[in-house]
Amino acid sequence: MKEAKGTVIKYGDNVDTDVIIPARYLNSSDPKELATHCMEDLDNEFLNKIKPGDIMVAGKNFGCGSSREHAPISIKACGISCVIAETFARIFYRNSINIGLPIVECPEAAKAIANGDEVEVNFDTGIITDITTGATFKGQPFPEFMQRIIDSEGLVNYINNKN
Amino acid sequence: MGMTMSQKILAAHAGLDSVVAGQLIEADLDLVLGNDITSPVAIHEMDKMKVDGVFNKDKIALVPDHFVPNKDIKSAEHCKCVREFARKNEITNYFEVGKMGIEHALLPENGLTIAGDVIIGADSHTCTYGAVGAFSTGVGSTDMAAGMATGKAWFKVPSAIKFVLKNKPAKWVSGKDIILHIIGMIGVDGALYKSMEFTGDGIQYLTMDDRFTIANMAIEAGGKNGIFPVDDLCLEYIKEHSDRTPKVFEADEDAEYDEVIEIDLSALKPTVAFPHLPENTKTVDEIGEEIKIDQVVIGSCTNGRMDDLRIAAKLLEGKTVADGIRLIVIPGTQKIYLQAMEEGLIRTFIEAGGVVSTPTCGPCLGGYMGVLAEKERCVSTTNRNFIGRMGHITSEIYLASPAVAAASAIKGYIASPEVIG
Repeated sequence: MKEAKGTVIKYGDNVDTDVIIPARYLNSSDPKELATHCMEDLDNEFLNKIKPGDIMVAGKNFGCGSSREHAPISIKACGISCVIAETFARIFYRNSINIGLPIVECPEAAKAIANGDEVEVNFDTGIITDITTGATFKGQPFPEFMQRIIDSEGLVNYINNKN
Repeated sequence: MGMTMSQKILAAHAGLDSVVAGQLIEADLDLVLGNDITSPVAIHEMDKMKVDGVFNKDKIALVPDHFVPNKDIKSAEHCKCVREFARKNEITNYFEVGKMGIEHALLPENGLTIAGDVIIGADSHTCTYGAVGAFSTGVGSTDMAAGMATGKAWFKVPSAIKFVLKNKPAKWVSGKDIILHIIGMIGVDGALYKSMEFTGDGIQYLTMDDRFTIANMAIEAGGKNGIFPVDDLCLEYIKEHSDRTPKVFEADEDAEYDEVIEIDLSALKPTVAFPHLPENTKTVDEIGEEIKIDQVVIGSCTNGRMDDLRIAAKLLEGKTVADGIRLIVIPGTQKIYLQAMEEGLIRTFIEAGGVVSTPTCGPCLGGYMGVLAEKERCVSTTNRNFIGRMGHITSEIYLASPAVAAASAIKGYIASPEVIG
C-alpha cells in the first residue's frame, strides 16, 4: 500500500492495548473476531463510527502496556488504513511493522488534525495531508531496514524472501 | 565513546566491538519466551515461514500461565496448540500445569535467565530479567516466531536513563514502592524506547525479589529494558539456580546517558498508583481519605515471589481481613507455593480469611480468578491499572506493594502498613 486516505477518528494520550483489545477476548486469535471488539473499552461506538480505510489519530504513547499483537491485528482487521500518533509505545511500534499495519509517528500532525478531518498519507514520501484544512506535515521516515520489512508486508515475508 | 551496560550486551550478541544508540543491529538470542496468549499467534506465524522447525529446542521457553488451568474452551484450545507445538518440536522448557508458574517468576527460578543473556519474550514484562543482569525485552508474537525460527532478532540500540539509587529504604518500602515512585516521577512514557539502568549504593539493600519487581515494571515507564549491575548477591542467586556461567557486563565509565536521576531511597514512602495509569502515584500518607475497597490481590509477575508473600503474611499473621473484603493470594510458582506452605504462610493467609490460588496471571489482566464488577475497587500488587484491566470499565485498580495490599485487606480501605499493630 503506497497511500492511505480516509476520515479521521481521534483519541488522546496513552491509549493502551488493554482498551484496544480487552484481555477477556484474548481467548481468540482470529483477526475477524478480534476486530469485533476493537477499542471497545475506550469507545464502544468505535465500530459504528468507522468505515474501511479510515485513519486513527492519537496522542502520546499509543499502544502502551501489554505486548499483545492482537491489538494492531484488531485495528488492521477492522479496516483502519493507518495510525498516526505523537509517539508509539515501542512493542506496539514493532508489532505494527511486523504485521503490516501502517503507522506514522508525527507529533505535529497528531496534534493539529481534528476528529472527522479527511486525511491522506503518502507512505513513500511520509507526507501527511489534512485535506479538510489544507495543512501538510512530514512524518518520521522509517529507517531503510524497517522499510524493507514494510515493503515485504511484514516480518514473515521479509524472512521468507531473505531465505 | 563508552557504552551503557545494555549496549555492551547487545554489541557482544551482534558480533560487534561497539554500538551506538539508534543503530539497527541483529543480535543472537539466548532465550525466546512465549505464553498461552501470545504463543498460538507466533506458532501460526511460524507455520507461514519457510523454516524447518525451531533454531534450538533448548533456547525456547513456553509457559502457559495467563488463562491456565484452562479457564474456558477457547483458552483450552490455545493451550493445546502450544502443547502440541512443544511436543512436535521437542521443546525442552515447556512447562505443563503442575510445573508451570508465572513466567517471569518461573524462568529465573529455573536458571534460564542469567547475566549477559539477550532474551526476548512475547510478553511485555519480559524486562524482568534485567534484575539478573540480562538484556531482556518484550516483543510481539511475530518477533517471537522469527526468534524461534532464526535465533535472532533486530533491535534499535537504545539510549539510556541512569537511575542512581542511594541509601537504605525504610522498613515498609520495597521494590514496588521504588518503581512506582520512579514511574510517578518520569511518567508512563518517561523512558520510551530507552534502557533504564539502575546503579548506586542503594542497590546493596535491595533483595533479588525487590530487583525483579523494579525491572519488571520498566515497561510501565515505556522502557525497552530495565537492568541492574551484577553484584555478589546476584551471582549467588544465579549460581543457586543455574549451571550456566554468567557473563558480567558493566557500563563504561564514560557511557553516555540521556539523563541521570538520583533517588534517595531512605526518603521514599509506601506508594500507591491511582486509577487509571501507573504514573498517578501518591504516597500512603498523601491519600488523606478512607478509600473503601472490595478486593485485594497479592501475586503476579510483579509481586508473587517469596519476599512478597513473607511481607504480606507478617502483616496478616493473627489478623483477619475486613468484613466483605476478598483477599486473593497467588504464589508465583509451585516452588514458591511449597516454600510458603512450609513456612506457614499459606495457613496465615487462609486463617486471615484469604484464598490461595495455583499460579496464574488470571486476575491481573481481567482473565479470571478475581474479575471486578461495576464500580468495584481493588488494591493489587500487579502492574497495570488501566481502564477495564481487571474487569468492568468502571472498576478501579490501585497498584501497591504487598505490604500496603495486606494492610488494606485488614482495614478495608487503602492503608499504610504502619497502622497495623
